[in-house]
Amino acid sequence: MSTSTDVIEQLATTDYKYGFVTDIEQDIAPKGLNEDIVRLISSKKHEPEWLLEWRLRAFRTWLRMEEPAWQNVQYDRVDYQAISYYAAPKEKKKLNSMDEVDPEIRATFDKLGIPLIEQQMLAGVAVDAVFDSVSVATTFRSKLAELGIIFCSFSEAVKDHPELVRQYLGSVVPHTDNFFAALNSAIFSDGSFVFVPKGVTCPMELSTYFRINAKETGQFERTLIICEDGASVSYLEGCTAPKRDENQLHAAVVELVALDRATIKYSTVQNWYPGDKHGVGGIYNFVTKRGHCRGVASKITWTQVETGSAVTWKYPSCILQGDDSVGEFYSVAVTNNRQQADTGTKMIHLGRNTRSTIVSKGISAGQGQNTYRGAVKIGKHATNARNYSQCDSLLIGDRCGAHTFPYLEIKNTSAKVEHEASTSKVGEDQIFYCEQRGISKEDAISMIVSGFCKEVFRELPMEFAVEAQKLLGISLEGSVG
Amino acid sequence: MSTATLDERQAPYLAELDRFLRGRGDAAPARVRTLREQGLARFQSMGFPSTRDEAWRFTNVQALTSTPFRLGDGVPTNPMPLVQRVALPGAVRLVLLNGRFAPELSDLSAVPTGLKVGSLATALAQGAPECSHLGEAPMDAHPFAALNTAFLEDGALIAIRKGAVIDTPIHIVVITGGTGKTMVHPRVLLVAGEASQATVSLTLLTSAGEAHYTNLVTEAVIGEQAHIECVLDQRGTEGAFLTSNLHVSVARQGTFRLRTVTLGGRIVRNDASALLAGEGAHVDFDGVYLVDGSGLVDNHTTIDHATPHCTSHELYKGILDGKARAVFNGRIIVRLDAQKTDAKQTNRALLLSNDATINSNPQLEIFADDVKCTHGAAVGQLDDEALFYLRARGLTEQAARDLLIHAYAGEVLGRISVPGLRQQLERELFRQLERDLAEHTQAGAVPAAGATVDQE
Repeated sequence: MSTSTDVIEQLATTDYKYGFVTDIEQDIAPKGLNEDIVRLISSKKHEPEWLLEWRLRAFRTWLRMEEPAWQNVQYDRVDYQAISYYAAPKEKKKLNSMDEVDPEIRATFDKLGIPLIEQQMLAGVAVDAVFDSVSVATTFRSKLAELGIIFCSFSEAVKDHPELVRQYLGSVVPHTDNFFAALNSAIFSDGSFVFVPKGVTCPMELSTYFRINAKETGQFERTLIICEDGASVSYLEGCTAPKRDENQLHAAVVELVALDRATIKYSTVQNWYPGDKHGVGGIYNFVTKRGHCRGVASKITWTQVETGSAVTWKYPSCILQGDDSVGEFYSVAVTNNRQQADTGTKMIHLGRNTRSTIVSKGISAGQGQNTYRGAVKIGKHATNARNYSQCDSLLIGDRCGAHTFPYLEIKNTSAKVEHEASTSKVGEDQIFYCEQRGISKEDAISMIVSGFCKEVFRELPMEFAVEAQKLLGISLEGSVG
Repeated sequence: MSTATLDERQAPYLAELDRFLRGRGDAAPARVRTLREQGLARFQSMGFPSTRDEAWRFTNVQALTSTPFRLGDGVPTNPMPLVQRVALPGAVRLVLLNGRFAPELSDLSAVPTGLKVGSLATALAQGAPECSHLGEAPMDAHPFAALNTAFLEDGALIAIRKGAVIDTPIHIVVITGGTGKTMVHPRVLLVAGEASQATVSLTLLTSAGEAHYTNLVTEAVIGEQAHIECVLDQRGTEGAFLTSNLHVSVARQGTFRLRTVTLGGRIVRNDASALLAGEGAHVDFDGVYLVDGSGLVDNHTTIDHATPHCTSHELYKGILDGKARAVFNGRIIVRLDAQKTDAKQTNRALLLSNDATINSNPQLEIFADDVKCTHGAAVGQLDDEALFYLRARGLTEQAARDLLIHAYAGEVLGRISVPGLRQQLERELFRQLERDLAEHTQAGAVPAAGATVDQE
């Protein structure tokens, strides 16, 4: 036991590998939040009147709301007046090729090990890189345009496809939904917009790298993905953030709309700065993600690998309205040192023959606190609805915690809902067995953890699966026990 | 925000408390008076819960709190048949009639040595040493427990001497009724000495007619290596309100098994919590409930694994019909350093109607790493294939259903070791199911078949 604790300590002291600040010119709004700031953001982005109105409505709703406190995490409350709500690299002329992108920004991505150009060429991934708040590079646009797929930054979508944005914005997560969704709706800076027309299968994985850069600017992304009848898309979202001492707030909103027989697969690898081992600094990740299976036989899959952030608080959810629609949630959440996570999903069954699967794997190490909180609701008219939930927790070390709070509400007799949860630890006997066979303690842990998470990693697209494995290794470095 | 409404809702209870204290509370020993004051202070500061409180999110007690209950001054006329209906053969029986010990209905003739069963008020007046445990249970967070303490007067004291093995079943019968809407706040204190063994059954009954409210608090202290089984048997009428708070602390190597059987009632809320205070302690919390009409049954359990090497098992099974609602909330806490904990929790619900709702919320809070904790929840209907199988073998649909439900409920009922009680409860369960079924299918649609299966 003592030796393994030593290894944990040793690994826990490993530095956050992605902590660095890129120095580029910034256009930053004054600190604080009021109607003028909302107007400023809107005008900076040259937004139409209706969107400004929408933001202001959201802002006024937000003022009347109270920050929720029911979650199983502790953190210093955010001072919303001490944050600057807008930061963008200085406006530059339109870019036609990657070469025109600021070399410093490109270097940042290089350090992260995801060079845009290489990714473009090797992986065939179209990358919409969001550097702080404004999209700086969008690739493969023309290739996608041929198929009628729109993949652009949110501000561009507002400019070029206002009718689509207006129709779907806030239709899944209304601005009245919760405190952070209201905040986001009022001051969202940018984000991604995807529209896949009828019958089109998106030929490549769409991906965005979000990155918080400027000091003390929260990032308020807004993502909207719409799949028309029979269309399908796979979207990747990944995050890394530089090292900071002040806590930074990240309150994003993601809305997915799947019409008849449409399929949306949304995968996230989240590796924001988790704070140091004493719990200083780190990102607050308070995100509202929701998918709406509006059409018959539509399908939404959420896959997430959460390794970063000081506090993670999010519940990617599915509203299964269309008959025969399917919702899936696969999650791996890792908390090390003093990280806290309260995450899970909501599956709301409204249509007939709707099915949902929840597989959640929580790994707690150091003094990390990991909570699964999920809701499964079967409506009165959701005949033959099925749900299967599985929540497994893995504890590494004896000072961490794993908590499970599922909520099941069933109103239909034909519903079949199953929930299972288990908690286990990385056994000394398992490690001993591996060590006996010449496998180092580190590799043994890595193997055991990979095996534990296999069911989730299997759901990730190739590109992400590899990165996720790596991230998991880095996150758990020093936590073996 | 709702202080005004809370005060309003509290007012009739406070007025009734005032009347109680002036009327007959003065004679109580100083200790009781102190406890009452503490209970009152807690109740006043908390107020009645609303659905905005997490622990009451799915349980709206409006119908209860808005009813102006009065302390039972009168008693049900002729309660003897009620007692006889539930009497257990060979048992030591103590009856609490509207919260007070009723010697004429009790049968304490065969109390074996090593066992003390009697009125709590008498024990308190005589200063029985076991009474020092009264008020020890941490129930501060529960408004109805506080209300019970504020009204503390009588109840039952069961004390089992160190090393005593009591074969005789102990039966506490709590009867609520009378003219007008009656409320009672009985208290049961169970103290099991080191290495003692016993079974205790608590049967709660309400007389027909008006809606009555029983607010029971049970405190149990289980000594080292003691083995106690407790059956909480709730058979309220359709309009009855019932809140029950049970707290048990189990010392090293001690075992406490609780079986809660709920048949009937308009709002039934059971809070059971266990503190595993010594290494190797074990608790079983099992429950089965049948809820129909517009009834609500809520089972909240908390098991606190405070020390290493403790085990706990929970199995709750529900049958819901009509517009019934049921809530299960099972919390398991594994404290820091409570290594080698083994906690298992299972919750199942069988929905017989589309208007019924079940909320199932298991909660695991684990702060130690070398533990085995599992929980499972399943909701569904009777297995079509199993039904078909039985039908193919010549059983009527109802007989097939009964057989399956029998097996379903039997898993919990079968664990009740008190002779006679299990059979009573099974009969009662099926009598109610049959009645529900008849309402479902209207008269004559299904050939009447009993719970027994016809054989060739």
